[in-house]
Amino acid sequence: MTDQTTSARPASGGFSIDFKAWGPLLALAALCIFGFILNPAFASEGNISNILTRSAFIGVIAVGATFVITAGGIDLSVGSMAAFISGVMIMVMNGLVETMGVSVATILVGVGLSVFLGAMAGLANGLLTTRGKIEAFIVTLGTMGIYRSLVTYLADGGTLSLNFDLRSLYRPVYYGEVLFVPVPVLVLAIVAILGWVLLNRTAFGRHCVAIGSSESVARYSAVKINRVKTLTYVIQGLCVSLATIIYVPRLGSASSQTGVMWELEAIAAVIIGGTVLKGGYGRIGGTVVGAIMLTTIGNILNLTDLISNYLNGAVQGVIIIVAVWLQRGQWKRRGRSGDGG
Amino acid sequence: MNLKSTLTALAVAAGLTLPGAASAEKVKMGVSIPAATHGWAGGLNWHAQEAKTRLEAAYPDLEVVLVTANNPTEQANALEDLVSVHQIDALVILPFESEPLTGPVLNVKESGAFITVVDRGLSQDGIEDVYVAGNNPELGRVSGEYIKSRLPDGGDIVVLRGIPTVIDDERVEAFEAEIEGSGINVLDMKHANWNRDDGFTVMQDFLSRFPKIDAVWAQDDDIALGVIEAVKQAGREDELFIVGGAGMKDVIKRVMDGDELVPVDVLYPPAMIATAMDVTALKFFSNAPVQGRYVLGAPLITPENAKDFYFPDSPF
Repeated sequence: MTDQTTSARPASGGFSIDFKAWGPLLALAALCIFGFILNPAFASEGNISNILTRSAFIGVIAVGATFVITAGGIDLSVGSMAAFISGVMIMVMNGLVETMGVSVATILVGVGLSVFLGAMAGLANGLLTTRGKIEAFIVTLGTMGIYRSLVTYLADGGTLSLNFDLRSLYRPVYYGEVLFVPVPVLVLAIVAILGWVLLNRTAFGRHCVAIGSSESVARYSAVKINRVKTLTYVIQGLCVSLATIIYVPRLGSASSQTGVMWELEAIAAVIIGGTVLKGGYGRIGGTVVGAIMLTTIGNILNLTDLISNYLNGAVQGVIIIVAVWLQRGQWKRRGRSGDGG
Repeated sequence: MNLKSTLTALAVAAGLTLPGAASAEKVKMGVSIPAATHGWAGGLNWHAQEAKTRLEAAYPDLEVVLVTANNPTEQANALEDLVSVHQIDALVILPFESEPLTGPVLNVKESGAFITVVDRGLSQDGIEDVYVAGNNPELGRVSGEYIKSRLPDGGDIVVLRGIPTVIDDERVEAFEAEIEGSGINVLDMKHANWNRDDGFTVMQDFLSRFPKIDAVWAQDDDIALGVIEAVKQAGREDELFIVGGAGMKDVIKRVMDGDELVPVDVLYPPAMIATAMDVTALKFFSNAPVQGRYVLGAPLITPENAKDFYFPDSPF
């Protein structure tokens, strides 16, 4: 298994590496052209801005997921975690309105709480997988159920809504713009750049790749496996918290429906972007492109009535599979060496 | 070992004597409803809980056992427990789905219990003694009627549908029938899954796609709240109005306050579970005949009557 991953890359040569890098972007470009042909409104400034802004939640979460997956883990709890953190944030901020009033300070307490909860939730996932020696799939499946139930319980099965005046104050964090760039897009860009540096230019990033390739080899190389793996979950938790900080001002509410399926969208974005699901190879840039692609598919389907609504899921499925197939470059390899796969 | 066997014996004794003793005097009403997985169901749970408290206070000889389920299988299991463990005298059920629960409800009926079915009918006639139904086609019709009255010369509208289900189909078909021939043109319909976030994104895309929209039929209040945000973001509040449905407190509040963007709402009340529980209790504690079908209206909520439908304490 180990030999395969390490030897497969040099063997695949220049072509495949190009496709790993440019494949997701090419697929996105093709999708955009397709969208424009179906409806020229696709290319309007407002629509492009909508797509990028919407991509921010999944994009930010997926950057965190890139670390977890690169290091050989998986986190299924992110969607529920986002819902739970949003819910608690809203409740606490509503409670503080009486003592602290409708002020920036109230919002900052909410934001701080969100960061704290995100880090703690990530730490819990990390420690249970590393110290607790339980498979990440099971740990995060468990926490996924726990957070989802907790937010349903907190909301009495209904919806938690942020105090109206507080929301007006908080609104610019989603709807505002800095130098014509919507704030959520800016946040995604910053998170992506920080993530890229962390994964590609630091010892921590190299350790993530090493652990994902082979835990035992990494252990012999004196990599602190438990610490690095736990940290990837903490990063994931922080990314989820950041996503909730820009999500809450959008509709000012959280319910049991918040963040449903976000975990799968995040994982899909990561894989479309070229990261390997079993770990050992991660691409932040690709992840961001993957997240934008997923949003774009939904957007194009809304802009046309050519395809029956009932088939939306099927179209999404086909595009995701084709995108990853193109990116893996299997079709090229077969052309060169007959039985390449 | 000793302790364990004593405990078992106690448990068995308790299990045997308590329900027997209780059912000798008390009427037991089992209420089985879907768990609070979305806003409307949250309201359903809240109203069921409220009705339980109120009915138990009103009729000291009544005991209400409220159970929730996450899917049809769980609900079928819950029905078995209601019969075998609680030995219920009456069942009030809002079935998750009609087909898979028809058999299990029939089994409850065969145990001799009085059956009240709410909202979704069973797929076989004659099982239930009482049927309390919300009126999905009526919701579509009333919404269509209102939009027609606001756009007498026709106009362009968009429709946000719910989750692809029979309920959604019934509403949309009745809506389409009502606006037929009125000159109202449906630009497009998309599913927003009775969800705020989906309502927001679908509406954003409708707004980039269509330069002129005169009205939005959101069909559901959760969707409507997402739609409101998208419309505000685009700054197009003045060109259109939104019609939701269900009777969520946030939306009724807006109607009450005379919001131009959300001038009305159409009721599809989660409180219908309370209607069913009350009617079922009457069967045991009064001489009033109750067997039959009760079809609730889907009245238009306007600023004038909104306060009658406003429950600020309900989660929905």
